[in-house]
Amino acid sequence: MEQRILVVLPHPDDECFGLSGTLARRIAEGAQVTYACLTLGERARNMGNPPFANRITLPQIRKGELEQSCRAIGIQDLRLLGFHDKTLEFEDQDLLDLKIGELLAELDPSLVVTFFPGFAVHPDHDATGAAVIRTIGKLQPAARPPVHCMAFSHNHRESIGDPDVEVDVSSYLKQKIASILSHRSQFYVPQLLDKNAHKSREVLERFGTERFWTYKFA
Amino acid sequence: MLPIQIVEIQNRLDALRDQDLYIHLELTTGAYAAHHDTTKHPAANFITNALVRYGIGSISGSDPYRVGLKMDKGWIYAEGLTHYDETDEERLIMAGHDSTGKLVVALQLSREPF
Repeated sequence: MEQRILVVLPHPDDECFGLSGTLARRIAEGAQVTYACLTLGERARNMGNPPFANRITLPQIRKGELEQSCRAIGIQDLRLLGFHDKTLEFEDQDLLDLKIGELLAELDPSLVVTFFPGFAVHPDHDATGAAVIRTIGKLQPAARPPVHCMAFSHNHRESIGDPDVEVDVSSYLKQKIASILSHRSQFYVPQLLDKNAHKSREVLERFGTERFWTYKFA
Repeated sequence: MLPIQIVEIQNRLDALRDQDLYIHLELTTGAYAAHHDTTKHPAANFITNALVRYGIGSISGSDPYRVGLKMDKGWIYAEGLTHYDETDEERLIMAGHDSTGKLVVALQLSREPF
């Protein structure tokens, strides 16, 4: 059956290192992907090196980078939700939950991907994951789509164990590298600049597997 | 963004004296400071679109620069500024970038809200 995947993340670039290969693979297998990006990452510190952005121009630059990344991955549907970077943990929770609830109702996804609340380092990541879990948790258990979470805080495995979903994205490294390189105001990864980087063993080892934890609702 | 030219900035600060201005003032270590190095203490603040008015505004130092704005009942201060947006004629957009290009501090003044 065709998968309908809803991705909910707070910043342009949150998709590239941990998820872009999986999405490229699922899309090649026929999935329809909607990526709801909550902010434009307009409070990022990275401005290119040497800096080519500033606090005024960064939102539009990052929007363009995100659109480029989505094209590289093959994402069919990008939604920009218009919240403000760094503020999600202070936002009106009812408003966040309403927006996520509307997407769930409209799209009826067969899978949702977000950050694991409490284990995703950046306060916006944790707040986004928490909003997704809260909103889906309000649904009847039978109506809840599975939620795959990304986690990368230092001690996350002590608390949530090993990931139960590992996706081999070795055949989709070209898309993944293109996704990472799209965010040129944010990342400079010399290892990926060679046009044959996707064939490199080091790149394969570093980027060839993406890992997720299926959220267990209480 | 160009490296700050002190005369240009002083002229712009003078042109914005004695009027209501919207300010964006920000200082940040980045949200990942302690994730990358546990000895670091992550801290950040920003204030956007507060209304301010100053009678004296000055830039001093030599790359990075400091700016002080004397208000009727207080001060605004920023240290570590390195760059300004030379293309923005209306607003004064300044930032301080570290050696890797990351923004550390921002000071912006505008007659219209940001």
